[in-house]
Amino acid sequence: MCQNARYFPAGDSALIMELGNEISPAINSRIREIAYMLENENIKGIVETVPTYRSIMVVYDPMLLDYSSLIERLKYLESQRGKTDIPPAMVTEIPTVYGGEYGPDIEFVASHNGVTVEDVVQIHCSTNYLIYMLGFTPGFPYLGGMSERIAAPRLEVPRERITAGSVGIAGKQTGIYPINSPGGWRIIGRTPLKLFDPGRKEPVLLKAGNYIRFVPVEVEEFKRIEAEVEESRYCARTYPLEEGEDDDF
Amino acid sequence: MTFKMVVENPGFLTTVQDLGRYGYQQFGMPVAGAMDDYALQAANLLVGNPRGEAGLEITYSGFSTRFEGRGRVAVTGADLGAKLNGRPLEPWQSVVVEDGDMIVFTAVKKGCRAYMALEGGVSVPEVMGSKSTYIKAEIGGYNGRKLVKGDVLESGDKGHINFEGSIRVPDEFLPQYSGDVNVRLVMGPQDDCFPPEEIEKFLNSKYAVTNQCDRMGYRLEGPAIKHSSGPDIISDGIALGAIQVPGHGRPIIMMRDRQTTGGYTKIANVISVDIPLLAQLKPGDRVSFTRVSVEEAQALFREREELLKRLEDYLRSKDKFFNYCVKIRDREFRISVQRLL
Repeated sequence: MCQNARYFPAGDSALIMELGNEISPAINSRIREIAYMLENENIKGIVETVPTYRSIMVVYDPMLLDYSSLIERLKYLESQRGKTDIPPAMVTEIPTVYGGEYGPDIEFVASHNGVTVEDVVQIHCSTNYLIYMLGFTPGFPYLGGMSERIAAPRLEVPRERITAGSVGIAGKQTGIYPINSPGGWRIIGRTPLKLFDPGRKEPVLLKAGNYIRFVPVEVEEFKRIEAEVEESRYCARTYPLEEGEDDDF
Repeated sequence: MTFKMVVENPGFLTTVQDLGRYGYQQFGMPVAGAMDDYALQAANLLVGNPRGEAGLEITYSGFSTRFEGRGRVAVTGADLGAKLNGRPLEPWQSVVVEDGDMIVFTAVKKGCRAYMALEGGVSVPEVMGSKSTYIKAEIGGYNGRKLVKGDVLESGDKGHINFEGSIRVPDEFLPQYSGDVNVRLVMGPQDDCFPPEEIEKFLNSKYAVTNQCDRMGYRLEGPAIKHSSGPDIISDGIALGAIQVPGHGRPIIMMRDRQTTGGYTKIANVISVDIPLLAQLKPGDRVSFTRVSVEEAQALFREREELLKRLEDYLRSKDKFFNYCVKIRDREFRISVQRLL
């Protein structure tokens, strides 16, 4: 697990620091650690970083940093692993209305798996989901850890428009649509939170390496939160992931 | 003083772009920005703006605009047959437009993306630190979309240098656009997913740009490149100019509106200074590749940065050219006058 990172050029202004070649919470937590160290190190010339399942792309300015000196800096950071106090990953609660007009496919997901709608909700909201990375559309979280007991195939014909905030299931994955877009996932609910809001100080709600947890709410509660989100008064509830909580992968 | 431009015809695709939106790729937000960043920077310098100010990116033909008020503009990049009040408008040169003047782009002559800078910049709000339009998420630029007939854009009014007369980018700073380009690339990050003979094939072939080419990327037609074992990787980051090779083996070059991550193998990455040449390619144009090292690519990057600084110094110095139009017996002559010490 503790193999050294490998480095590859991605042109003259970016490099890939590869930490492994599988999708695993262990690799992701190393990426989170290095991303945290990089943020704190504030190396002159680093423009931004893009953490993914198994690597970090480091975008840099060749006027200020060259390829080999950047690798030297990153190797030094690697050697410092474990010496820095990395704060625990955070869990963000995602209030979600399940079923009805907000989750038109929940009955399908239930019958497909031979369980009740209540089971689907209970199973879906009883896990902390690791955010492996964000991509596809701005703010879309690639989540890990959904139970196979509620897995469901994609729609044969994708919908032309899925409302932002829709919570869906595709195969063994679950996810949330950050913006209105076409899509083929089975929609089981909707959150009033805005995962992406370009006008907000922090335009994207979630961050790779952290976790989310779905919390079922009634329609009235949904509408109350929605109004508060609209007025920028709502603050999503977050708390540190407790030790050992991610051991069930 | 600010002036306005009223869009009479939006043409094929006209958007507001600066040098891109950095800092949000980790959240899945594409960088966007001017496809030909050299031409945009030159256009800005010509009107006295900072290099990174936003301008208009005008793709193919058809764009036309009317000005309200008086101000300085410059058109660089592709030669799209720009005319000012019916007369050819010299590219890579600043010009003062008067109230009621019209600029029309009439034909695609060389390249396909022109840039128009307005003295004082384009007055649109910055979204997440940039004025660049990213159409898919409907953010940045002019209301997050491409321009349409009737849109009114106002110039900015601060941060630029005022000067008299008109200036032109000297020939030594002009890029050589062509429909048959050789661009340089750095191999990797996944070139080890291809056998050596397939990499040789890739480097010794010519590819044609297909109809599927836009701000997001260019699909190429030509010899298919085989993978050693499968085309897919577990997703990682995609840099500007990355060349993806999916299962069918035909390369795709990732451009400004590319998604931030992806799961196809990337054989190589076009170097930054050659991106403007790619930016000007149209369907049917041809491209071939030459391998360079990261160190060479970074030396070329620094060289170009020095070139832009020299251009900046030149255009801001007092020795610039003043261009005049002189009429003698109904015949027009253009003359350039340089102030000597």
